[in-house]
Amino acid sequence: MEMPTPDASILARKPQIVARLEAVLPPGAVISDPMETRAYECDGLTAYRCQPLAAVLPASTEEVAAVLRICHEERVPVVPRGSGTSLAGGAMPTADSVILGVARLNAVLETSYDDRYIRVQTGRTNLSVTGAVEADGFFYAPDPSSQLACAIAGNIGMNSGGAHCLKYGVTTNNLLGVTMVMMDGEVVELGGAHLDAAGYDLLGVVCGSEGQLGVVTEATLRILPRPEGARPIMLGFDSNEVAGACVADIIRAGVLPVAIEFMDRPCIRACEAFVHAGYPDVEALLIVEVEGSEEEIASQLARIRTIAERHSPSELRESESAEQSALIWKGRKAAFGAMGQINDYMCLDGTIPVSALPMVLRRIEELSAQYGLEVANVFHAGDGNMHPLILFNANVPGELEKCEALGADILCLCVEAGGCLTGEHGVGVEKRDLMSVQFSPVDLSAQMDVKDVFDPGWLLNPAKVFPLAASEARRAS
Amino acid sequence: MRPGTEQELAEAVRDARGPLCISGGGTRQGLGNPVTGELLSVAGLSGITLYDPGALTLVAQAGTPLAEVEAALAAEGQMLPFEPMDHRAVLGTSGTPTAGGMVACNVSGPRRIQAGACRDSLIGIRFVNGGGEVVRNGGRVMKNVTGYDLVKLLAGSHGTLGVLTEVAFKVLPRPETCLALRIDGLDDAGAVAAMTVALGSPCEANGLVHLSGPAETWMRLEGFADALKVRAGKLAALLSARCGVSAEIIEAEPARAAFEGFRDLAWAAGQPGDLWRVSVAPSAGPALAARLRAAGAGEIVFDWGGGLVWALAPEGTDLRPALAGPGHATLVRAGPETRRALGAFQPEAPAIAAISQALRARFDPRGILNPGRMG
Repeated sequence: MEMPTPDASILARKPQIVARLEAVLPPGAVISDPMETRAYECDGLTAYRCQPLAAVLPASTEEVAAVLRICHEERVPVVPRGSGTSLAGGAMPTADSVILGVARLNAVLETSYDDRYIRVQTGRTNLSVTGAVEADGFFYAPDPSSQLACAIAGNIGMNSGGAHCLKYGVTTNNLLGVTMVMMDGEVVELGGAHLDAAGYDLLGVVCGSEGQLGVVTEATLRILPRPEGARPIMLGFDSNEVAGACVADIIRAGVLPVAIEFMDRPCIRACEAFVHAGYPDVEALLIVEVEGSEEEIASQLARIRTIAERHSPSELRESESAEQSALIWKGRKAAFGAMGQINDYMCLDGTIPVSALPMVLRRIEELSAQYGLEVANVFHAGDGNMHPLILFNANVPGELEKCEALGADILCLCVEAGGCLTGEHGVGVEKRDLMSVQFSPVDLSAQMDVKDVFDPGWLLNPAKVFPLAASEARRAS
Repeated sequence: MRPGTEQELAEAVRDARGPLCISGGGTRQGLGNPVTGELLSVAGLSGITLYDPGALTLVAQAGTPLAEVEAALAAEGQMLPFEPMDHRAVLGTSGTPTAGGMVACNVSGPRRIQAGACRDSLIGIRFVNGGGEVVRNGGRVMKNVTGYDLVKLLAGSHGTLGVLTEVAFKVLPRPETCLALRIDGLDDAGAVAAMTVALGSPCEANGLVHLSGPAETWMRLEGFADALKVRAGKLAALLSARCGVSAEIIEAEPARAAFEGFRDLAWAAGQPGDLWRVSVAPSAGPALAARLRAAGAGEIVFDWGGGLVWALAPEGTDLRPALAGPGHATLVRAGPETRRALGAFQPEAPAIAAISQALRARFDPRGILNPGRMG
């Protein structure tokens, strides 16, 4: 992975920079010993590592502002970091950068059930937001699979999704407002407990900007009353095409499940071997979940069953109890862990139009054979967000590179099918150089214009999102 | 000018010598600050580019009549989730609302409280920037975090950052039917309290409107017919237990007609005076309404469970000081003089205004796209 050459003058000034940061933060909030900064050398994309200059852990918006003011004056790049779970290298350091971790910003600031929002500091984990309101019958809808660990800050940076987006949308649809510190230390408020923007929807462009426009320290999040119940049905098919057609028919029939998950045979087998969820050995498995009152669940599942039966499923298992529901979900939720048991794997994240599903799966199979690397597919079928998992052996020289080349081919295939490079993980460093496959120079230029406005010095989260060649002139000026 | 293709439109912008006044069907032309310039009509870019019902996606050229989009969706039992209002009656305009005009103004309706705004369903755009270049952002898939989300930035930018040429939506299945609960005689605080109970329950009420005089509070439920009756019964019981109110159940047809009227502000159409639209946290709605009345407002209607407050006021009255807290007040209908004097949009904090100004300067360096529309 090509990264910009570290600024030697910054590396040389490390003692002064660290001293300035220590002067504005409490003891222990500045980490500069290389033994300790090692913890920040990578995120969930562990294939790439780089020691940062230092890491800071501010505990308030004011402390974040103080850090950014210093880094702005010293022209030091800053890499904002939530919990470091990014699969795209969104929090990967450069050697001349300061990691700004929000882990200590973890308080719930305000909860309003009347206005259905919660205001939190952004270091709080996704699942703990729901944890703070579930006793009162509410929940926070976006549920990325890393939700136990991932921070709201990272969710906002990457506009994270999850399994239930079909009904509830992604982070941007559930984010009402933020407190954000600009690179020069100025604190701005966007949105709040009210809906929509007074002028331009700056909140909308900040969400998903991968920490490159500002550091979000507080967030107002929409919370929703928890549905009375939810229940899945499991459908097995002899071909991916038929499963894909069944998904489209369910959607066209006017039923709006909260989740439609798809697993192919390699994935089913791996999960079954790992957690024994009782999955049938079929070509394609769908898990369709509906929610509502007991009567509504029954009526929706009956409709889905009727549609599915038209496609002659080889397996049709409707959950009849909480235990059965848990078992149906068990394999799906263990999918990544199951893969990790077998091999090293790379998880992709392209989105395709649902109607292109059979074609894309067929082409992935061909590419897999061509490269000689197995690919297992598990994904959110309702919204077309695919997660092909490429299995490889990192100890075999050249296999990581081969895996990356296959991954790039699959993502280009997603774009060719009318989709995109990333549905919920973000671009980070991982897909940075593929951006020109999806976007023209003019398209990228318009996005970089926004970056210029918010962070004219290009100091925030360097070397992410935009191909280095495309951003070179702007970074230099 | 009325270009027939995106390329012609891009050339028209590139070759423009002065300010352009961008128009779709012209039905929302009165929104925002007055603009003078040569008319650039997008109406020539018309037609549905792609409709994939199985993928819940529709893409249309910006000048496509909204009616055409809605008819295509209805034929497949689908809809635009955000229930866009038709501004014609309340603004006294004629013509054909277009998909692009709706997006440029981020127009939503009562269902916005549950299903999100226009910007939430918008998944892709093409636009021509002030330099005459064609820019693409987002796409035709509903989960997409590839690059910055300019889709949201352009939605509601009233043509000041670019001329939309194509818009793509995530659509939803059209509910089989609807029902409404109607409660009469509640004051503003009582109505917002009742709507809050509904929104805090799992009943999925998705249209919550309160007319303050004569007082009527409406709550809409949508879904499959068999399930709806049960849900309506549960909500009525909950409202009775928690608020001590009794609700009448309104059948599908009258409920649909009532909400069409609420969506298009039928109560304000033809009424004299300026029309204000104030967005606040729902619990702040009743006190805001009291302050608006003290400042001279006449009829007031609440939508979005109390968080959207519509108010009629005598011409030239500045209701904005009554906001007195977080939120924003937009002058939706007023004469050009009043809009110029008071500003159609809520003034922004200096740091935000500077960002907005800088974005305009980047996207439209010559300042020719609806200049002054948003400040």
